[in-house]
Amino acid sequence: MVLKDKYQELVTTATDSGVTNLQIREQEGVLYIDGEAPSGAVKDKLWNVYDKLDPNFLSGDVVMNVNVSSSAPVTKAKVTTERSNLNIRKGPGTDQPVVGKAAHHEIVTVVSQTSDMWWLVRTDDGEEGYSYAQYLTPVEN
Amino acid sequence: MKKLLAITAFICLAFYLPACKSKVKDADVKASVETALAANPDLNGVVADVKDGVATITGEVRTDAARAAAETAAKGIKGVKSVVNNLTVAAPPPPVVNADDETLTRGLADALKDNPTVKSSIVDGKIVLTGEIVKAKWVALKQMLDKLKSKGYDLTGLKIK
Repeated sequence: MVLKDKYQELVTTATDSGVTNLQIREQEGVLYIDGEAPSGAVKDKLWNVYDKLDPNFLSGDVVMNVNVSSSAPVTKAKVTTERSNLNIRKGPGTDQPVVGKAAHHEIVTVVSQTSDMWWLVRTDDGEEGYSYAQYLTPVEN
Repeated sequence: MKKLLAITAFICLAFYLPACKSKVKDADVKASVETALAANPDLNGVVADVKDGVATITGEVRTDAARAAAETAAKGIKGVKSVVNNLTVAAPPPPVVNADDETLTRGLADALKDNPTVKSSIVDGKIVLTGEIVKAKWVALKQMLDKLKSKGYDLTGLKIK
């Protein structure tokens, strides 16, 4: 359990910050950290600690899936691309045809969080399809 | 002689009464402990036994916290002098690792679409990245890539600016 020692501070931070369903497993030289963070701030804190212990994550020996727990289902999200429009696609994948666009900083309705990576969204114009979750930030209703 | 008999009788009583009393009590205490344990859904399947006020709890729970909670619950019962905690904590299920190259390849293509300066491949279930990326974008990218649950990374050819 060498990796657990290396990332002890990360594990401790997760435990102390109220991450629920926390599971830490080491398998074939990779430490898998799963759980649900009570807030986005806690998730950011964990990634900062991870970055400190392994600068730029370059060892590549951690797979961390600590998502912000959705006690209240996400219904609205803001398009947080750098500046461009966000593609809305027919299916969950960049190989799927683009069926619409959501503007930078537009608020869209989240119909369902299909996967961790792709969310089904609907714009106010009625365009509906899948967008990449990285560019969608949940907003308070 | 009468006096001796009386003393003997008294000694007998002194020894037998508490023993008798404690037997009845143990069963009551056991019932109380079991009720307390049943109140916590995390303690499903935990079995309690009480002998002379000593509660022994056995079984398997999912977390260290549940193991400690069971002990605390048992200790809080009137008549429990001490608790022998024989509970074991179940090993967590192994991580779900994405061994399917096609799913990984698709997920990788999706994640890297907006990061053209990074090239990728998959070797033995590991994600291999090369090229250059700015720090802020890398943090966001790593967070998305971790969702793919690969067998780790080879990032020796990646430069963070």
